[in-house]
Amino acid sequence: MAMLEVKDLCTSFFTPSGEVKAVNGVSFNLDKGKVLGIVGESGSGKSVTAYSILQILTHPGKIVSGSIKFHDEELVGASDEKIREIRGNHISIIFQDPMTSLNPTLTIGNQLMEAILLHTGRNREQARERAIEMLEKVGINEPQKRMKQYAYELSGGMRQRVMIAMALACEPDILIADEPTTALDVTIQAQILELMQELQKEMGMAIIMITHDLGVIASMCDEVIVMYAGKVAERGTADAIFYTPKHEYTKGLMRSIPSIDSDEKTKLIPITGTPIDLLKLPSGCAFAPRCDCAMKICLQQHPEEFWVGRDHLAACWMNVKEGNVFEGRPEEEGEEETVNE
Amino acid sequence: MSEVQNASEYMLEVKNLKQYFPVNTGFFHSTMLKAVDNVSFSIKKGETLGLVGESGCGKTTVGRSILQLYKPTAGEVWFDGEKIESKESIKMLHKRAQMVFQDPYSSLNPRLTVADIVAEPIDVHKLCATKKERNDRILELLSIVGLSSEQATRYPHEFSGGQRQRVGIARALASNPEFIVCDEPVSALDVSIQAQVINMLEELQEKLGLTYLFIAHDLSVVKHISNRIAVMYLGNMVELADANELHHNPLHPYTISLLSAVPIPDPQKARASKRIVLSGDVPSPLKVPSGCPFRTRCTRATEECACCKPEFKEVSPGHFVACHNL
Repeated sequence: MAMLEVKDLCTSFFTPSGEVKAVNGVSFNLDKGKVLGIVGESGSGKSVTAYSILQILTHPGKIVSGSIKFHDEELVGASDEKIREIRGNHISIIFQDPMTSLNPTLTIGNQLMEAILLHTGRNREQARERAIEMLEKVGINEPQKRMKQYAYELSGGMRQRVMIAMALACEPDILIADEPTTALDVTIQAQILELMQELQKEMGMAIIMITHDLGVIASMCDEVIVMYAGKVAERGTADAIFYTPKHEYTKGLMRSIPSIDSDEKTKLIPITGTPIDLLKLPSGCAFAPRCDCAMKICLQQHPEEFWVGRDHLAACWMNVKEGNVFEGRPEEEGEEETVNE
Repeated sequence: MSEVQNASEYMLEVKNLKQYFPVNTGFFHSTMLKAVDNVSFSIKKGETLGLVGESGCGKTTVGRSILQLYKPTAGEVWFDGEKIESKESIKMLHKRAQMVFQDPYSSLNPRLTVADIVAEPIDVHKLCATKKERNDRILELLSIVGLSSEQATRYPHEFSGGQRQRVGIARALASNPEFIVCDEPVSALDVSIQAQVINMLEELQEKLGLTYLFIAHDLSVVKHISNRIAVMYLGNMVELADANELHHNPLHPYTISLLSAVPIPDPQKARASKRIVLSGDVPSPLKVPSGCPFRTRCTRATEECACCKPEFKEVSPGHFVACHNL
């Protein structure tokens, strides 16, 4: 039994110009202590998926259908009290921009203690101790002094550390990290990723890592979901996705990033066209208009997720054409078969 | 550095450029923020020089000072063998050198149509005599960057980020420049769009013989597009070398850690490699450490580093480093 089971999740934003299907039938499982990466372009629905899990969608957004089960308990349609009990306690989140996600009018200490006081039976003094302990844990020096400071007094990297401390104060089972390092410099990004890996080992929580940076995914994640236009294009283990991508979009992404290791000046192969308008989704595969291999069926019918390896699913008709598809999840031997291909 | 050689060989020479900004630190107090402190380099014709560094290291300021968008505090800028100081020379520079900005959302005037945005340099420099000529030139520019003629009458908000960046590039090309400062032209774009814009910049360089100063923080992008790369830290240039040389043989401890911090999109390599994680943050540019600016985060720092600033010197042909402990 997986800890978190998301099934056919659909989340839409009902805007004046029509329904924007931001998440359109996403399913995945997350096991204890695993790091799951969700990668995709802006507007692909990766953040909305995370916000749906915590139900922190803003106004015109609503979960339309699907199920989100946490420890076998349904979260879609659950009462507000139930969600509040889980939010920040069992599942917590850190956001991209650590400046806007911290309250500028509260001291760091007050913000840290808020979650602890709310979710654990500790009194103020114990909560204070716990907050200081967390600040130490995320590598902030002079935690006593920092408790009394405000967000503006800290640097970007420090703020993100505070956010992590806050998110982990109640020892959650799942930490959702929504582009946690995008706003940071490379050397600070390395610090934060290192810190997250250490804390993950120490505290054993699962992480959902949302990013558009394939490099971050490769260095952090066990499993990867590639999203395009609100749907899962491909999912599987990190090795499967990076070494044997089975969706044309994933292949295109891998080709279009410059490699720092190659010395020859090779041309990048970009994905042509522009990202799709979610108000005008085509009936077929959403990637087909930009796909070099698009066939007739791609324009007519959206591909379901096909099993293409033991831990590898891809929603691309090319796999049917090339005969990579298994009926149901293949056995151990089946995996080797596809690797040999 | 004795880089004053054949005037025609270099598109751009920058000598001891300093750019300070006064910052109020109290009612009666102000200090100087040394955004760029004594930077020298040159760019050959047809070459791409990459400029990398973390935010606040002064890389954008270098680009802007070169184009005289700020008046440099000290130092000289030579463009195609001519010293930029008089009004005429600045006018010449603004015609022959252009800039592409990072944010395609805020760098295009929302009240102008794409045609008028692209035509701005043409109007300013009075490059087209008749309306027809101007129109033809606009359409030509749009087709160069891969936009269609019917898009000319639209407004910026109707375009996606990648298309807006194309408009920004078309505008930069309007005055037929020889030199373009690309200030983080792809950082705001999605991965799949990034490659389109990078390829276009490369093709334009080939076709029009352009020289680029390519400013970015993404090392793999910079390595891909540049012939040589310069690394900046807190307003100082710490290393400058050929792109491949810098990648294989980085000498400055900052460059080494910067390279190791780049996440590699390859899970097995990423698991095998060990990141060198720098401790601490970049110091405030208002309180630059004495001596070597990097010494507070450097593993090799000695007493010498605290007392005197290392000289930016050539250690092997074309490879410049500023470090006491190589």
